[in-house]
Amino acid sequence: MLKDITLGQFFPGNSFVHRLDARSKLLLLLLYIVSLFLCRGLLSYGLALGYLALAVSLSRIPLKSLFKGLKPLIFVIIFTALINMFYTPGKVLAEFWILRITEEGLHNAFFLVLRIVLLISGSFLMTYTTSPIDLTDGLESLLSPLKKLRFPVHELAMMMSIALRFIPTLIEETDKIMSAQKARGADFENGSLIQRAKALIPILVPLFISAFRRAEELATAMECRCYHGGEGRTKMKQLRYSSLDAVAAVAGILLLAGIIVLRPFGL
Amino acid sequence: MSNIMNIAIQAGDLTFRYPSQQEGEGRPVFEDLNLQIQEGSFVAILGHNGCGKSTLAKHFNAILLPEGGSVTVFGLDTKEEDALLDIRRTVGMVFQNPDNQMVANVVEEDVAFAPENLGVPSEEIRRRVDNALKAVGMYDYRRHAPHLLSGGQKQRVAIAGVIAMKPRCIVLDEPTAMLDPHGREEVMQTILRLNREQGITVILITHHMTEAICAQRVVVMDKGRILTDGSPKEVFVQVEKLKQAGLTVPVTTELLYRLKQAGYDLPLDALSTEECAQALCNWAKA
Repeated sequence: MLKDITLGQFFPGNSFVHRLDARSKLLLLLLYIVSLFLCRGLLSYGLALGYLALAVSLSRIPLKSLFKGLKPLIFVIIFTALINMFYTPGKVLAEFWILRITEEGLHNAFFLVLRIVLLISGSFLMTYTTSPIDLTDGLESLLSPLKKLRFPVHELAMMMSIALRFIPTLIEETDKIMSAQKARGADFENGSLIQRAKALIPILVPLFISAFRRAEELATAMECRCYHGGEGRTKMKQLRYSSLDAVAAVAGILLLAGIIVLRPFGL
Repeated sequence: MSNIMNIAIQAGDLTFRYPSQQEGEGRPVFEDLNLQIQEGSFVAILGHNGCGKSTLAKHFNAILLPEGGSVTVFGLDTKEEDALLDIRRTVGMVFQNPDNQMVANVVEEDVAFAPENLGVPSEEIRRRVDNALKAVGMYDYRRHAPHLLSGGQKQRVAIAGVIAMKPRCIVLDEPTAMLDPHGREEVMQTILRLNREQGITVILITHHMTEAICAQRVVVMDKGRILTDGSPKEVFVQVEKLKQAGLTVPVTTELLYRLKQAGYDLPLDALSTEECAQALCNWAKA
């Protein structure tokens, strides 16, 4: 049951978006998010939506999986929409009891939902089309200027990739521990919230202990394979920008420029 | 005296105790242990749990340093800090649990980990990774995620990760302990092939007698000492001695030993099933 958890799910493929360098995808996402926050009116949101739609169609990621990613966030989206709808002062459209809907509220809620949906779908598109390894490599490479400030960039990237590597292993382990506890009569499904939280302790304790043991063994194994930090390390796969990245960069910059131009007109 | 170049690993008067043990308190893990391993050989180290065999293995690539005496690896003293990376690249190590020695979530990336650490140029890493994966028969799985592989396959990937360093010696610490019989067979075949075809010195730590039979030399450890040392045939005929150390003997030896005790005149050194059957046939004919 826990195997269904997907974190940073990656759909392997060979599309235009897949072949982009991880670094340019990260930068493009940043550019896209900045653009979204500069959007004022329908036209600029339309532009951003068009940009995303183009990227999605190029990536050949089924729309269904993008929506699936949004599903767990529906509650948050509805909640923010309602708060905005009822608590923005302005021209009152309808009123009952203590709730009042204003024109500005409706306007705000609509654009906010649009912004959140566009933002999340865009981020999902990136994780769907970039393998976790490429992603951490890209991050490491983009953040490498920070090394001069003694920021542990390599260590962070290493931790991220090890964490990603151990997610399935630890999920499997959790499953095993849960089965073992169930076999001895533990009950995880019934009872009050507090009782259920308490039932988790016999799962978490062995899980933590085993995680520490794994960590120690992994550290020894890494040392045996000559790991000595990021210094003097090379990479098998080198990140390379190609002409595709230039095309994508132009598209991203055009989007930002377009939205900035539309901004003073409130479009 | 034998030629120094032919000795892969030499432990001289090795003494070691874990830091948690106080000086003079308790018995050290080893006291004045001496062991020489020839280059290109296949040595099995046998012993029941807690006899110090894993601790000994960790001395072979400077994960642990001796308290007294010395360990020399291809002429390099493990106490020399400058030689640390050279030692670790020369003596690769594979552990029991394949899950806990994989770093990356793609097979080929994991195999590339060691050469990447050593600063090998990218194209050369690619070549080494491909060769290492081919050598263990896992080339077709190079883009798989490790958690989707079977135990035997994972352990072969771990071996490939070590071979990619181009070591002259591989130490395997109970590599088959967590595997099913099929996975055990896969791993043993891989190890034997590497020893035979690439001339890599193999030190196999195990408590499976069937695996020890494959070795050229068997070293039996008990309570931090070397109990016996010799070819599998020389070692396994000493049935009483092994049993006293809490070890079992191969089933073939066990059978012949019991028959012999019952008064039948049989040789004890027929280790393989065929040899054992032959010995029984010969006896029946006589």
